[in-house]
Amino acid sequence: MFQYVIKRLVFTIPVLIGISLLLFFMLRMLPGDPAQVLAGQMATPEEVENIRRQLGLDRPIHVQYAVFFSRLVQFDLGRSARTQNPVTREIWARLPNTVLLAVVAITLACLFGIPAGIVSAVRPYTWMDYLVTSAALFGISMPVFWLGLMLVVVFSILLQWLPAGGTGSWKHVILPSVTLASFVIAFIARMTRSTMMEVLSQDYTTTARSKGLKEEVVIVKHALKNALIPIITVVGLQFGLLLGGAVLTETVFAWPGLGRLIVDSILARDYPMIQGAILVFGLLYIFVNLVTDLLYACVDPRIRYD
Amino acid sequence: MTEEKEHREYAGQFRRSWAKLKRNKAALFGGALLLLYLFTALFAPVLYPGSPSAPNLMISLEKPSRDHFLGTDELGRTIMGRIIWGSRVSLLIALGVISVGLVLGVPLGLISGYYGGKIDFAIQRVTDMMLAFPGFLLALALVAVLGVGLKNTVISIGISMIPIYIRLVRGCVLSVKEQVYVEAARAVGSKDFRIIVRHILPNVMVPITVQTSLGMGTAILFAAGLGFLGLGVQPPNPEWGAMLGSGRAYLFNAPHVATFPGVAIFLAVLSFNLLGDGLRDALDPRFRI
Repeated sequence: MFQYVIKRLVFTIPVLIGISLLLFFMLRMLPGDPAQVLAGQMATPEEVENIRRQLGLDRPIHVQYAVFFSRLVQFDLGRSARTQNPVTREIWARLPNTVLLAVVAITLACLFGIPAGIVSAVRPYTWMDYLVTSAALFGISMPVFWLGLMLVVVFSILLQWLPAGGTGSWKHVILPSVTLASFVIAFIARMTRSTMMEVLSQDYTTTARSKGLKEEVVIVKHALKNALIPIITVVGLQFGLLLGGAVLTETVFAWPGLGRLIVDSILARDYPMIQGAILVFGLLYIFVNLVTDLLYACVDPRIRYD
Repeated sequence: MTEEKEHREYAGQFRRSWAKLKRNKAALFGGALLLLYLFTALFAPVLYPGSPSAPNLMISLEKPSRDHFLGTDELGRTIMGRIIWGSRVSLLIALGVISVGLVLGVPLGLISGYYGGKIDFAIQRVTDMMLAFPGFLLALALVAVLGVGLKNTVISIGISMIPIYIRLVRGCVLSVKEQVYVEAARAVGSKDFRIIVRHILPNVMVPITVQTSLGMGTAILFAAGLGFLGLGVQPPNPEWGAMLGSGRAYLFNAPHVATFPGVAIFLAVLSFNLLGDGLRDALDPRFRI
């Protein structure tokens, strides 16, 4: 197991290098002079020259990349062109908000999505199944930002139960996390349904039933246990969708997280900040995929990592 | 197998799948919705003659009424007209995005899966890199570099679709190329290109078709998301996501401005998802229960 963790960590290195290359070339792909872009529109020629020297833009490209990479691994992402604060500090201030939203949303998604999927797989082609499958289809077809706005109209404007945006109390978390969870609930329910239906048609399920086991035992101990691996994979992959959705949800609810930061930075052409935020999103995604892989081993002892 | 017999076999498969699709009420509903959407996009100038972007401040933020079926927005433009013209924009984006994804993703996936080795390794590492970012974030990062607007929306979302096609096609090719008929084709001396186009491509068309239908829905959602953030198609062009974005400011006194474009997005995406689900059930033997 320990060896597997190490091996898996080593595998993330090429992806990390890939991300760093992507970020490096992102600025080089921009039309015009990167130093000018980084310094911003208002910068004096001296400031631009200073940044050029700082970035080593006069040196050969592989040296530039080496410098960029060594700064990156030290989490030195430069300063925001907009606020002049270090990018790392601004990101650290926002990160907990996004993680909170994502964790609450993914918890909600598992709590509702998995049971809904099981119910509809166990009673296929009944009204309950149709209810779950159509609700799930609606969920994946609905733009999250629209759902968020509609929830604001109903719960903040008409009923006045919950705040329309901002942070402060647990009440502020409800609407954004429900909005963010909706899409993932739908996805997880669909996946759970199809996986469970496949598992329920397997021979070992028939055997378990013919042994005279109670239906609940068959479903939970025999079927669900085998369906969990694909479900965990989907939950892990959905985390990426969740991060994408966070950008939109945070904008709807004026939630001060990374997603909002990235949008504001793009609108302000604050490239050091865009780079930093994209890097952190990439790292988060890689981290979750790693955790997903490790969870397999806990759920399925048949998987041996060597 | 002779050419004619092969042909008859395909026709039989097609008839079976079509019969199955016709029995699927959800898929038929999706198809009908899609036809409505295509009709609206195609005949927008007939359905709503005049400019959907011309402001008329005398009638701004009016509630839905007989004169203005879905009400008017903050500049007094009829929302119905903008939704009708917006269907053109979203369809154009979806078609563009899918073309980028198909034209670049499918050949790369075929090459990667068929040849294997170093080429496969190189293509797969680039794919890994692109998949290290969730799709919407990749599109967002590309917009940050390329800038906003219709063309860049298509390019950004299109590029974010490429790795999905590469993975899908490669996975299918890996199983298809082990089949006896591929081996037979190679044994009679067919060239690689002919094997790929004549024998492998037709056998990976089903997952590509399903993915394309679902991908159209995703493309519309992504484009609307970018528009909503102000990073997609720019005003005054009638784009559904951007309409929602500007309607957001009037949620308190005129919630209809943000409501109806969202319904339009939802219905368009729903039509592609219903059809995609139906196609998968009808075409993919693995899902036959």
